[in-house]
Amino acid sequence: MWATQKVDTLRGARMLIVQPLTHDLAERGRPLVAVDTVSAAPGQTVFIVKAREAAKALQEPFNPVDAAIVGIVDEVSLSTER
Amino acid sequence: MFLGRVIGEVVATVKHPALAGRKILVVDMMGPDRKPLGESVLAIDSVDAGVGDFVLVVDEGSSAAVVTGLPDPPIRTVIVGVVDAVYEGS
Repeated sequence: MWATQKVDTLRGARMLIVQPLTHDLAERGRPLVAVDTVSAAPGQTVFIVKAREAAKALQEPFNPVDAAIVGIVDEVSLSTER
Repeated sequence: MFLGRVIGEVVATVKHPALAGRKILVVDMMGPDRKPLGESVLAIDSVDAGVGDFVLVVDEGSSAAVVTGLPDPPIRTVIVGVVDAVYEGS
């Protein structure tokens, strides 16, 4: 996602559109825009932090941000006995 | 805070430095009767919880800072207890 005109403190922030998933990786809910902190690529499964804590993932924590990508998922290992 | 059961773990090599070395668990949110609420979240472990444990989870940033010992971590959801029993009734 590109936005040339934005709040000064967000300059240089990379924003990606993320589709939330359930634990078994089925789509759930509406997509959202999240600031990327781990150089994620489209198609990768990631995890995000939402709300106020998202801004704390950035260099400048006083930022108008409510979602940030903080990791790239290699694998989700789920228990079989449930 | 809410209750849930640990149903899995997330393996992630690339992650925010604040998450380095932290166990990221998948928690199935549950009511006090241990019935699943149909929603799951990722939570950072602070009490050595494991798959199958019924746990107490806090979803608030300042608490996450206290538990992780980091000043301002980009972490919100933390497992803060393993539940032995829940008593219901008056």
